[in-house]
Amino acid sequence: MRYSGLEVIRQGLFGNTGWKPAWRDPAPKAEYDAIIIGGGGHGLSTAYYLAKNHGMTNIAVLEKGYLGSGNIGRNTTIVRANYFLQGNSEFYSHSMKLWEGLEADLNYNVMHSQRGLINLFHSDGQRDAFVRRGNAMINQGDDAILLDRDGVREHLPYLDFEQTRFPIYGGLLHPRGGTARHDAVAWGYARGADRRGVDLIQNCEVTGIDIENGRVTGVQTTRGAIKAKKVGMVVAGRSSQVAAMAGMRLPIESHILQAFVTEGLKPVIDHVISFGMGHFYISQSDKGGLVFGGDLDFYASYASRGNLPMVEHVMEAGMTLMPMIGRAKVLRSWGGIMDMSPDGSPIIDKTHIDGLFVDCGWNYGGFKAVPASGWCMAHLMATGESHPVAARFKLNRFATGHILDEEGTGSQHNLH
Amino acid sequence: MRLTCPLCGPRDRREFYYYGAEDYLHRPAADAEPGAWDNYLHLRDNPAGLTNDLWYHDMGCGAWLLVTRNTVTHEIQQVQAVAAPQAAKKGAAK
Repeated sequence: MRYSGLEVIRQGLFGNTGWKPAWRDPAPKAEYDAIIIGGGGHGLSTAYYLAKNHGMTNIAVLEKGYLGSGNIGRNTTIVRANYFLQGNSEFYSHSMKLWEGLEADLNYNVMHSQRGLINLFHSDGQRDAFVRRGNAMINQGDDAILLDRDGVREHLPYLDFEQTRFPIYGGLLHPRGGTARHDAVAWGYARGADRRGVDLIQNCEVTGIDIENGRVTGVQTTRGAIKAKKVGMVVAGRSSQVAAMAGMRLPIESHILQAFVTEGLKPVIDHVISFGMGHFYISQSDKGGLVFGGDLDFYASYASRGNLPMVEHVMEAGMTLMPMIGRAKVLRSWGGIMDMSPDGSPIIDKTHIDGLFVDCGWNYGGFKAVPASGWCMAHLMATGESHPVAARFKLNRFATGHILDEEGTGSQHNLH
Repeated sequence: MRLTCPLCGPRDRREFYYYGAEDYLHRPAADAEPGAWDNYLHLRDNPAGLTNDLWYHDMGCGAWLLVTRNTVTHEIQQVQAVAAPQAAKKGAAK
């Protein structure tokens, strides 16, 4: 069923009884051309682009829970293309272009809102770094505008401009940055993949990866064995466990990142704002809640909840930046499990096992990457070659020294 | 979350700095193959469950600690000073 305004009216005339489920609930077949482990944003977009761009429709997505039950439903929904390093910048630029055409492509409203993202800076040194970053973004073909203090005040009059501890010197405005409805992205890709014949199999946990003579032959699951010559592991948050089934040890340490949402308020924050001194970022959802987050809890964790010191730190950072939010009541906080890599950049690559591919290591930044990650993973699985915009996301780049350390913080996993 | 420092007793998580997995204790020899360094610096078992990792009592006694804890429940099972077991080993060797 194609969604349209006319369809909404037509269905409304008949009491909305004619809507069909957005995707089927098929039983697994004995064999597929390719299997994607993980029915989150990245896995579903991989399946969608395998079908759409490469004509591979005899494929399955295996999800241990329900579709979109992992980090795609647990993030702060920020979409941006403001990376500095070559290798990253062309990838996120490609992702942004896909975002801009995503709703028309999927025939699904993902509520993509290019409301503008402002990264604040608070010292001369930070300003120089942002000028450099802005130039890199413009060279990549994306947009960046340097705002001085008065320029920031025009956009964000409610910030605390009087404080002396972290004075606001200005900000880098990325007008095409913004947010999207996180769950809808998973649902839109799921529906798009299903309509092209992809089997989305839920409640199907992979318990083993079958390998014969260095070639992948299929997977063992809680719903039986399934054969496939190509298997993609797209399970950020659980990458180390799934890769261990193939005897691999990944350059990943899992960390918890907390996020928070307040009660619904009238429109007050029009942009996505990040505070350069406290790693605090905030936007307002279409439902009215202020959605914000900060740093990792900094210790390895698989618990989907964090500890109080980081809650306190995030609230302090928010109050320092915009004291007005002290009036809002926090409704919920939650945690997502981040695949932290030693350079803060992701991995989309083949493995040493023929036919086995891996897409992992998304650190803090997986949400905005969903379209391009799927696009490039699909390209890799279909052709066996890395897509040009993801060519530097190699699995062995830490061993060879070709790292992509955007923040220049070294090889410690939790510092990115 | 609290860690019981063997020297200082139970202290708040905020006094401690997390460094990483216990792999950092197994530094390769200076002439080791590049793969050994990759394994030491980057690759991790990253278990969902019991793990041993290194913490530093930053705002306390300054001891490096080997903490055995559960990454799923955040339960702390054991906190040992890194220096102590090695001193004990040296003593045993004599």
